[in-house]
Amino acid sequence: MFSLKELKKGLLTSLWFVFLTFPIVVIKVDPIARTVVWRWENVAYMAIGTFLVYFLVRFIQYRRENRPKPAAAREKTGSIVHRILQNPTQRVFLVAVVATIAVFFPHVLSSYQTNVMTTALMYVVLGLGLNIVVGMAGLLDLGFVAFYAVGAYTYSLLNLHYGLGFWTILPVGGLMAAFFGVMLGFPVLRLRGDYLAIVTLGFGEIIRLILENWGEFSKGPSGISNISRPSFFGIELGLEQSIIYTYYLMVIFVVITIFIVNRLQDSRLGRAWIALREDEIACQAMGIDKRKTKLVAFSLGAFWAGIMGVMFAAKTTFVNPSSFTFLESAIILAIVVLGGMGSIIGVIFGALILILMPEYLRALSEYRMLAFGGILVCMMVFRPQGLISNIRRTYTFEKKLPKN
Amino acid sequence: MDYFIELFFSGLTRGSIYALIALGYTMVYGIIGLINFAHGEIYMIGAFTSFIVATVLSIYGFPLLAIVIIAGIAAVVWSSSYGFTIEKIAYKPLRHAPRLSPLISAIGMSIFLQNYVLLAQTSDFLPFPTLIPDFPFMEPIAHIVGSTDLMILVTTVVVMIALTFVIKFTKIGKAMRATAQDRTMATLVGINVNNVISATFIVGSALAAVGGLLIASHIGQINFYIGFLAGIKAFTAAVLGGIGSIPGAVLGSLILGLTESFATGYVSSDYEDVFAFMLLVLILIFKPSGLLGKATNQKV
Repeated sequence: MFSLKELKKGLLTSLWFVFLTFPIVVIKVDPIARTVVWRWENVAYMAIGTFLVYFLVRFIQYRRENRPKPAAAREKTGSIVHRILQNPTQRVFLVAVVATIAVFFPHVLSSYQTNVMTTALMYVVLGLGLNIVVGMAGLLDLGFVAFYAVGAYTYSLLNLHYGLGFWTILPVGGLMAAFFGVMLGFPVLRLRGDYLAIVTLGFGEIIRLILENWGEFSKGPSGISNISRPSFFGIELGLEQSIIYTYYLMVIFVVITIFIVNRLQDSRLGRAWIALREDEIACQAMGIDKRKTKLVAFSLGAFWAGIMGVMFAAKTTFVNPSSFTFLESAIILAIVVLGGMGSIIGVIFGALILILMPEYLRALSEYRMLAFGGILVCMMVFRPQGLISNIRRTYTFEKKLPKN
Repeated sequence: MDYFIELFFSGLTRGSIYALIALGYTMVYGIIGLINFAHGEIYMIGAFTSFIVATVLSIYGFPLLAIVIIAGIAAVVWSSSYGFTIEKIAYKPLRHAPRLSPLISAIGMSIFLQNYVLLAQTSDFLPFPTLIPDFPFMEPIAHIVGSTDLMILVTTVVVMIALTFVIKFTKIGKAMRATAQDRTMATLVGINVNNVISATFIVGSALAAVGGLLIASHIGQINFYIGFLAGIKAFTAAVLGGIGSIPGAVLGSLILGLTESFATGYVSSDYEDVFAFMLLVLILIFKPSGLLGKATNQKV
């Protein structure tokens, strides 16, 4: 693969990218002070960077083309995580380890770390919620954050005006979001996939713009502060205890969500979703009510987002519309896509990687969104099934080869 | 009445800008059936390139006419290059993938490009230099129609005529129409479909760059995020007119521009963007094929 021709192509590619990025990466103008800074060093970085990336991509392609045939057989048994999960003793061991870590986490590490972990767990639940819609039912929802916002504002407003507590509002917030999901889903779910994506995106923006501009209702961009934290059987907790309490609550939410989503996946409904994702027409021919099935997926996803919205408002005690931009939806989508659409364990890993990594690699945090965008593209091009792909339930029977 | 005419012309100006962007959407959709989500970002990059080039040239003391021409050419050249490269990286490998894959890839590309400009340049709003002087002959009606508005309208009309000519009469235009009708059949009659798709991306991006240059000099400031909203609105316009149809995109854009202009003028300017999104949702619910689009039935 390292032939002269390849080398020449690599050089041409890097030259092209140097040209492409020249005005934006090299020149920096200050229109007020009227100065121009020429950052020539960036040319070198661009050239070397693209040259290396080119060969990396070529290498991946080369390996893929020359991969030995049994690859297909390996795909079926799945990745190492699946192999551990399929083995009962190893599974019990793994669950025990994870549970121990989860229980002792806030006692060993600082409250800052606990807070970060709580956020990551919230994204796990959000990812699993979106996974129902995108991964299982195959409906690309780009306005997922709108339902999150509905949940958060339901709690904030009811708490502000009527002093209602976290536990009362938790189901209300979820149901409210699900109601919005049905209201939006009813007319738009008959649209084809890509139109649906744009309509949900538009809906997400409408909700945000209304929250921003309807000052009397939502207090506008300044947001609502002093929202009460979740109470522990009627006892108000201090800040430190409250953080730990919220963390444990989140752990419980994650466990419940995993359980429900896992059961859903194997249910009649879950199978109907997967069938719809694969082929709508065949699915309708089998007697599945397309609209109803989609609507249930859509509103269930919204329900989860709503619950997490309530949780978010209670955790941060402050909400404003800028927490609910399109980028938030994109992050949740990136989690689902990175982990593997339809794969529960994949989504959990995706959320932990994407939320914890920028948190601990502070130097890289400004490149976070750049990386999210890059991940979406690279995953689609190189590994559309995600990091840990979902294994399809297959029934095989060994065919005995005739001896001859 | 003056207010009405002012709003009318401001709506036309908006509409022409949307049209320049919407054409890129509609042409790409017509050929490969993909909503090129990163198209708004191409337009943003066009605006940024022209901003950088124009500012550099004005600092080095070039005459205004030279600045306008060079900045315009630079915006078109670089935007088309970006469009071409994006297609090669993010869409071409996914041509036979499930429908949602290229769309997710396009969203990723859009986020990537936004943050690329944010990191390489700045997150602040940058003042765009005045490229179009106030024409003396516009003096009597300057309070209703500005010189920039006039330039935008004239440029848009010229560009539309050129585009119609290219699509109707040139070889590549004919190849584009053939590919849009039936890709397999186009391959069979000897059209290099890959080249046609690249050409479509290049033409669409060039139009978006012109739009970027015009709107930046109209509004007078740019930042890395302008592409998102403009992209969504142009998409709305394309869907309104019937996606895949070129006259539809122009019609839809003008309707959207006028609606926005009158709605902000007579109702409320706070909800400017809400009107566009509402219009989008309503069209998709009641007439997904758009005004001039053909309703296609799904074949089994």
